[in-house]
Amino acid sequence: MNKTGMTLIVKTVTRITVWMILLYGFYIILHGHLTPGGGFGGGVILALALLNVLLAYGRDYTGKWLNIPLLEHVESASALLFLVVGFLGIVVAGSFLANFLSKGQLFAILSAGTIPLLNIIIGFKVAMSLFLVVWVLAGIKMSKGDAV
Amino acid sequence: MMLPYFIIIPLLAAFLITLIGGKRDIWGIALSMIATAALLIMSLVSFLQLRGETIVYEMGNWQLPLGIALVMDSLSGFMLIIVSLVALTSVVYSIQYVRHLGQDFKYYALFMFMLTGMNGVILTGDIFNLFVFMEIALFAAFALVAYGCRAEEYEAAFKYAIMGAVSSTLILIGIGVLYSATSTLTMARIAQAIPGLPSQIVLWIGGLFLAGFGLKAAAMPFHAWLPDAHSSAPAPISSMLSGVLIKVLGIYAIIRLFFNVFDAPSAFLTIFIVIGSASILISGFLAIIQWDFKRLLAYSSISQIGYILLGMGLATPLAILGAVFHLFNHAIFKSLLFYDAGSVELALGTRDLQKLGKLGKLLPVTSGTSIIASLAISGIPPFNGFFSKLIIILAAIAAGQPVLALLAILGSILTLAAVMKIQRYGLRQDVDVAPVEKIGLGMNIAMILLAVICIVGGLLIAPGIREVALDPVVNVILEKAEYVQMVLGR
Repeated sequence: MNKTGMTLIVKTVTRITVWMILLYGFYIILHGHLTPGGGFGGGVILALALLNVLLAYGRDYTGKWLNIPLLEHVESASALLFLVVGFLGIVVAGSFLANFLSKGQLFAILSAGTIPLLNIIIGFKVAMSLFLVVWVLAGIKMSKGDAV
Repeated sequence: MMLPYFIIIPLLAAFLITLIGGKRDIWGIALSMIATAALLIMSLVSFLQLRGETIVYEMGNWQLPLGIALVMDSLSGFMLIIVSLVALTSVVYSIQYVRHLGQDFKYYALFMFMLTGMNGVILTGDIFNLFVFMEIALFAAFALVAYGCRAEEYEAAFKYAIMGAVSSTLILIGIGVLYSATSTLTMARIAQAIPGLPSQIVLWIGGLFLAGFGLKAAAMPFHAWLPDAHSSAPAPISSMLSGVLIKVLGIYAIIRLFFNVFDAPSAFLTIFIVIGSASILISGFLAIIQWDFKRLLAYSSISQIGYILLGMGLATPLAILGAVFHLFNHAIFKSLLFYDAGSVELALGTRDLQKLGKLGKLLPVTSGTSIIASLAISGIPPFNGFFSKLIIILAAIAAGQPVLALLAILGSILTLAAVMKIQRYGLRQDVDVAPVEKIGLGMNIAMILLAVICIVGGLLIAPGIREVALDPVVNVILEKAEYVQMVLGR
């Protein structure tokens, strides 16, 4: 048991709830076209789950648990994927971000054309961006009266 | 349809750079060079193909009342050319200059984000979309101002961020009021709805927008952030900020909103004249007393923005022509002057005018191009700045405002005094100095390219070229009803 981070109670609760929060985030992202929420809201929830771990266990442990360079790549790649989907809209349907998939059955999970796909991409982008911003800020060590 | 590619290309380049950048800056340089060169070619081709027409591109095939449209008319095309031209030279100049600050791909990624934001602001036909793109460009600019990571740069970036946030809040409130009054965010439809609104609402919205976009343009009462931000940023970024960012986020947005959407209410035209004259005079004096090379140039930027606002406030076809032409000219010679300041700083390690010395032999390209740029900015014939200032002065006389014409001449003399101070102390002082670093080929090419444009830029006003290059832009600004009809009436 490592000594950094918060108390055992917080760590235990975090260990159990982090997966539930992640699951809830994915639920919000996947149902973005059917219920309130979507890529941005779900992505924020995913980021908050990871930030819970960062708060409870500290930066060193989280750095070992997560592959931070991979997360950085996921962030850039998801933005590129968004552009690729938009570009496919130009190629297939003649306008940027135009829908080129079947619209499907109303209220079915596989419906609404490219919107679920874009929601998933945005979800990853938002989750990684928000988490990495706090991650970078948490890494800055500055004591009182320090010159920048 | 090239319209969405003006936004897709820099955005794609930015994310590709962050993805494959790695430890070195070579991918960043290669991708941003390709992107800016492609943008320059595309903007030139599309401006020549336009011939005064307006192209509307509906994103995602959503028809106009529902979706967001990109609109390209001659004014947008003209601004795109200026942005791409300065951006290309700035990337070429950056290669050596930014390696000096550390080899990193992040600079080029941020640069591309700033370009995305500016191209988006220029092309969008939706007022909230304009706000979003403006924020993209601003946030990239905040980070780039602080790129050198020294205390004064953090301070300048923080000041810029606070002022930017204040102005963005004012603009957002203005957009909110406008949306509640007209129930639409498409600028052409807002322009349709404006005549039916009570005049007080229009005055309030106009006031909010004038303060917000005035802060972005750094006109006189709103200028406090500019000298810090523009003098602390790395030199290629100073030239982007002073050359194009304040014009795209400030002047372009003001032209688009106040002329095309609000139909140029006379109360605001008077305010433009007052703000413009104050900017010309006061910052002309403030520029002369500076001893920091880049800070002097930053103050002189405010004064030149004043000329553009003065031309817009007079609002006769001749004055608008002068304002539009001066907008182009200022982007060119102010960027060139910032490049000169950057290469002096790189070569000698200081930009304090009192510590500089005889540079004619040490930095022949820098001192040569700085003379051209200095003469151009102070309006000496035959350089491009002479023609645009002459047109603005003639327009003031023709509009029956000889006092404003005198004021513009006085401002020009003040500018001449300020740049002669740079020449006297900065480059020709009788002190021998030893260079720290050599100026490379890339930086010299960027400076020579802009100097050549300074010399031949005056030709834009020549009969035959003017009808193609400047007159369509002036028409777009003056034909207010046409914008609505071109965007909606198809």
